[in-house]
Amino acid sequence: MDVIIENLPAYVDGFLRTLFLSVVSGIFALIFGTLLAAARVSPVAALRGFSMTYVEIVRNTPLTIAFFFAAVVLPRLGVTFQQFEVAAIIALSAYTSAFIAEAVRSGVNSVPVGQAEAARSIGMKFSQVLSLIILPQALRTVVPPMINILIALVKNSSVAGAFYVMELFGYGRQLANANGDAVLWVLVGVAFFYLLITVPLGYLANVVERKVAISR
Amino acid sequence: MTTQVPGDALVSLNAVNKHYGQLHVLKDINLNVRKGEVVVVIGPSGSGKSTLCRAINRLETIDDGVIKIDGKELPAEGKELAKLRADVGMVFQSFNLFAHKTILENVTLGPIKVKGISKAEADKDAMALLERVGVGHQAPKLPAQLSGGQQQRVAIARALAMKPKVMLFDEPTSALDPEMINEVLDVMIQLAKEGMTMIVVTHEMGFARKAADRVVFMADGQIVEDATPEEFFTNPKSSRAKDFLSKLLTH
Repeated sequence: MDVIIENLPAYVDGFLRTLFLSVVSGIFALIFGTLLAAARVSPVAALRGFSMTYVEIVRNTPLTIAFFFAAVVLPRLGVTFQQFEVAAIIALSAYTSAFIAEAVRSGVNSVPVGQAEAARSIGMKFSQVLSLIILPQALRTVVPPMINILIALVKNSSVAGAFYVMELFGYGRQLANANGDAVLWVLVGVAFFYLLITVPLGYLANVVERKVAISR
Repeated sequence: MTTQVPGDALVSLNAVNKHYGQLHVLKDINLNVRKGEVVVVIGPSGSGKSTLCRAINRLETIDDGVIKIDGKELPAEGKELAKLRADVGMVFQSFNLFAHKTILENVTLGPIKVKGISKAEADKDAMALLERVGVGHQAPKLPAQLSGGQQQRVAIARALAMKPKVMLFDEPTSALDPEMINEVLDVMIQLAKEGMTMIVVTHEMGFARKAADRVVFMADGQIVEDATPEEFFTNPKSSRAKDFLSKLLTH
């Protein structure tokens, strides 16, 4: 127990970095994932193909590969970063967006086809039908799976600890090495700070879901 | 009832064909609807009448033939098609009001986003239309809070807000409880009296008698008869139509 209190500054620093990685990657993933879903239902075959290929490849490979790609392959291609955080954000956003895209697509499919027909019949273009009618309804129905994906993102951010980013897990490893006799408590501390983010997220899901529900 | 010269068609279908796989749903359809005319399309289910209605604003594509609105051929897709659809009002069997928008927003969305009219003006026009169809006091509610009949009247107002040249009705009362059918038909009859060009797919023979200039009877993807309501109901020519009408009247 003492080990947690003695190292509180390290925990807090790690916690804030985990929070930062999660929030920034979450925002990028939501945006990119929604765009991928939009591409997937667009009338342009090339966009559909790109979206499908991207989602299938990224969703079906381990997150570690995304990290290796961002941290090792991208610099070799000339994309260099001052901080590993940037590579972590790229990897986490790219990976999570594939799952967001699938969730949004399932939401789009849940919107009755008559909604799109009505929108088209008053003269809306595809982009308007999607952004004004379909997506607002689709996104509301996928709040619970979306929050699940974001909870997974928070936990997945721990992989960044293995790539020299000092977030919660990175500190946890360091502290465990330094306090061989108190590994259990070090890990309890790490778990506690993860729960501090993920449990409220779950509650948020319930509140938001009730608030945005649309009755038909 | 119309004083237009023949050939001055607002909606014209010329040799239109459509297949669903093996099924030939529209067989060589020729139909002209003049400005101000009310054409009621009736026929047994599966006769292709809904498909015909939906093909006119290209919610259904056709295999061959030509459909023209106000002399212009229907564009295949894209901006041009969207523009043309704005001139063709459509009312669906299942209302299809935008579930996440209020009644007022349902009516103003098209004018604001498609026509670029200011919100203030669109709101004013929308309220006038909602009053006209008798649901003005429901403006701030969401569609699910309204009865079917009210929703369908809002759907009519939504279509009218675009100031369309022609209105298509695809079985507008088929999803309604019996006591709500009349409130929707009354709005449609009023619209017909005001000179709106209408193509109405329906099973409401009373509406056809009261408001139609012409009755088009379809069966098996073909137009079997095209006559005035008087002619059609009292003296149908084809055996197919006689059969259909006799089934309607026996209950």
